[in-house]
Amino acid sequence: MSEPRVLPTDYVTKPGEFKTSTGKTLRTDEMIINMGPQHPSTHGVLRLEVVLDGEIVVDVIPHIGYLHRCFEKHAEHMANYQQVIPYVDRMDYLASMNNDWGYALAVERLMKIEVPPRVEYIRVIMAELNRIASHLIAIGTYGIDMGAFTPFLWCFRDRERILDLFEMTCGARLLYNYIWVGGVSHDLPLGFIDKAKDFCSYFRPKIKELNDVLSYNEIFIKRTAHVGVLPKDVAINYACSGPMLRGSGVDWDLRRDDPYGVYDKFEWGVEIGKGEKGTVGDCWDRYMVRVREMEQSLKIIEQALAGIPEGNVQSAIPKRIRPEQGEIYVRTESPRGELGFFIMSDGTASPYRVKARSPAFVNLSVLPEISRGGMLADLVAIVGSVDIVLGEVDR
Amino acid sequence: MSPQEIFDNLKAKFGDAIIESKLDAPQPWIRVAADQTKEISFFLRDEVPFQFDSLMCLSSVDYNDGNLGALYHLFSMTHKHKIVLKSYCSKENPHIQSVSAVWGTANWHEREAYDMMGIIFDEHPDLRRLLCPDDYPGYPLRKDFKVPEFYNGMKVPY
Amino acid sequence: MEELLTSLIGENILAYVVLAALPLLFILPYALVTVWLEMKVSAHMQDRVAYMYTGWHGIAQPIADILKLLQKENTVPTAADRTLYWLAPFLVFIGMYAGFAAIPFSVAYIGSNIDLGVFYIIAVSSLTVIGILMAGWASNNKWSLFGAMRSVAQIVSYEIPIALAVLIAVMITQSLNLQEIAKFQEGGIQNWVLFGGPLPLTQKLLLLPFTFTAFLILFIAGIAEVNRTPFDLPEAESELVQGYNTEYSGMKFAIFYLAEYANMFLVSAITATLFLGGWNSPFGDFLSGPVWGLVWFISKGMFFIFLQIWIRWTLPRLRVDQLMYTSWKVLTPFLFVCIFAVGLILIL
Repeated sequence: MSEPRVLPTDYVTKPGEFKTSTGKTLRTDEMIINMGPQHPSTHGVLRLEVVLDGEIVVDVIPHIGYLHRCFEKHAEHMANYQQVIPYVDRMDYLASMNNDWGYALAVERLMKIEVPPRVEYIRVIMAELNRIASHLIAIGTYGIDMGAFTPFLWCFRDRERILDLFEMTCGARLLYNYIWVGGVSHDLPLGFIDKAKDFCSYFRPKIKELNDVLSYNEIFIKRTAHVGVLPKDVAINYACSGPMLRGSGVDWDLRRDDPYGVYDKFEWGVEIGKGEKGTVGDCWDRYMVRVREMEQSLKIIEQALAGIPEGNVQSAIPKRIRPEQGEIYVRTESPRGELGFFIMSDGTASPYRVKARSPAFVNLSVLPEISRGGMLADLVAIVGSVDIVLGEVDR
Repeated sequence: MSPQEIFDNLKAKFGDAIIESKLDAPQPWIRVAADQTKEISFFLRDEVPFQFDSLMCLSSVDYNDGNLGALYHLFSMTHKHKIVLKSYCSKENPHIQSVSAVWGTANWHEREAYDMMGIIFDEHPDLRRLLCPDDYPGYPLRKDFKVPEFYNGMKVPY
Repeated sequence: MEELLTSLIGENILAYVVLAALPLLFILPYALVTVWLEMKVSAHMQDRVAYMYTGWHGIAQPIADILKLLQKENTVPTAADRTLYWLAPFLVFIGMYAGFAAIPFSVAYIGSNIDLGVFYIIAVSSLTVIGILMAGWASNNKWSLFGAMRSVAQIVSYEIPIALAVLIAVMITQSLNLQEIAKFQEGGIQNWVLFGGPLPLTQKLLLLPFTFTAFLILFIAGIAEVNRTPFDLPEAESELVQGYNTEYSGMKFAIFYLAEYANMFLVSAITATLFLGGWNSPFGDFLSGPVWGLVWFISKGMFFIFLQIWIRWTLPRLRVDQLMYTSWKVLTPFLFVCIFAVGLILIL
């Protein structure tokens, strides 16, 4: 039995003794402050150890792992590949459909399964709806971080409509377990297509409302422009992806450039940050990329709803998933960026190794680089613009 | 560039450090020596025909035969080609040279690989545990990992 | 009022205690109403309804909130400075409440008819600064200290625009006594200082842009004095939990809360009295008198309260250096120009 850990009782430190957790000693006018695991700004359990000189941030050391649920170890002990899908759901719990699709795609590519076209269309519709839902939360909570409480409620009101659509289809509002290896779990119910079309026409003017109240608000722009500038080369070196990368001006979207699904059948655009209100790659650019991406997702959904073919959605779901020995890395575009799954199979029914490369984990690692020299209030803006979901960061 | 060309170029430049490869797999991989990963990565990132400027993912694997492996999935944004590098080390002496100087993203990936698999990355600027608590005993993702019975005086399996 | 009380009870201490406690009789119900109003206005702006079950449309909810706060445990952090920690909310309340002494609620009632009037209010409301600093320091919490420091910087900086804007109204009405200022604006809406005061038409028209600017700036600086969004960085929830309030719970938190809402009314009352005619009816003699005066005064005050609530739930918050910039480099220069211009117009 291991001994219980004895906590230090002597809190007096001598000058030169006060160290950060990386071992760097502080100067006497610096202060360590903890934006601790319990945050009022709703980012989840993330601990930021901030070294401050007055209001200026000298260094930020993120500590994660508070939501670590050993997803990868669980996956190795599952009886088969399908049972991993609920675990994958719970990684990025705000974009559950995209997680499901990423994992299902990886297994399908490993087993070389072709899915019927109706399944592809349904997957695109669900993934794009979930992208809108996830971006609504990102935008709403970003507004709250900045002090604008009202857009948050409006975003949630609109998100309720999307969650109604999901509940109609698979019965769940947040964690769907819907996209399975080889197909989807339930076909679209009657009335889904009409309701989804209603949603699209309802939501378009709401984006304009959101822009009026938040995006082009002078105070909001003052808080987010020129803040947390992420240069292009740093972004690529740190493998940032999704709106973080596009906000820095890099024209890169996995749906178009590393294609999967039927995205090539639709006409849609990739939004990049142009530095309209500040520098290219600042928080406002990243935020605006998300707002404009919602518009593009609406376009994709409308086209997919118009052209969805008939078919049986469960015809390609294999009875037993037993891939041959091999490994594969497949990446998809989740609302936060490049979600990758590395799956290694040893020929048995249960996976040998599943590694999830989550976009929020990688995007968060660039935080110290872009927040040095800013103020404490800017740090909140930057963390909000990275759009992390701790379930994904910690897995 | 095709995987064969990448392999030939690497073999020409680094000789023995390139150990083996499987270029006809769906995702071709090249196995490199564990103590030269940084030089090879710099070469792959900076040379104009390759320009692998993006490390998509760094996975750690426990092959049940006493070896641990680190897999580097590389991608080039300019040339749009991919390659996988593998680097093995034994469980008794789990050292691989760190590539965090090459790609900034490798910093956290290697910390996670150290945390979960116990691979020690040499020349890493800040190799601490990332996801597990700082004083956690053992490396969870290893195949022979046994859940500790007590952690800091608290009973673990309940 | 003073004469009425002394004639009823006699010239003893009881009369003066009652006199001093009369604004409290207004503040307490007002706070309940404002809590309800804030809840409902914010809810309807956010496309939702707030409490509906406690009374008709939640009208008893503020009472429930107060009761809840009163029965909470009075915790004190271990390493906190006990005396300062206990004293701080009362200082904030005192600084705010003393200001109510010089506010004319109606032609018949003003707590203390001193000639210093508005100067006294500005001076004594600086006590709140000390109270906030005490609260931040005594909580033994780095976040509270941060919030307190920011709050002090903010309140002190925004006293300048308030004083200058008040100066403009004082220049036109030629008195610091708020009751005199209110009497000066008798006669209807055209005589309000906002529209230039009861001066000849040419002077009024010339004064109009400056009085409007001064009125707007007084209102904005008033919001900053009360620590409301967009100036609520000292209590910014996303960073500082609750700023200097973090470690307070129960009765002491209730006092902070009450002090904040009463302070909102104080700055609204000053703005209303200085620029909008105080207890005067906008129709001149119609609907005027001591009791109607009270009604008009409270309505004008509540109008500004509503504006403050509206602005709070619409705008994001300014960063602390942008806040300072706004005060020193935007509002103050504007006001200097206004003072110069108003002075010129009044002389010529």
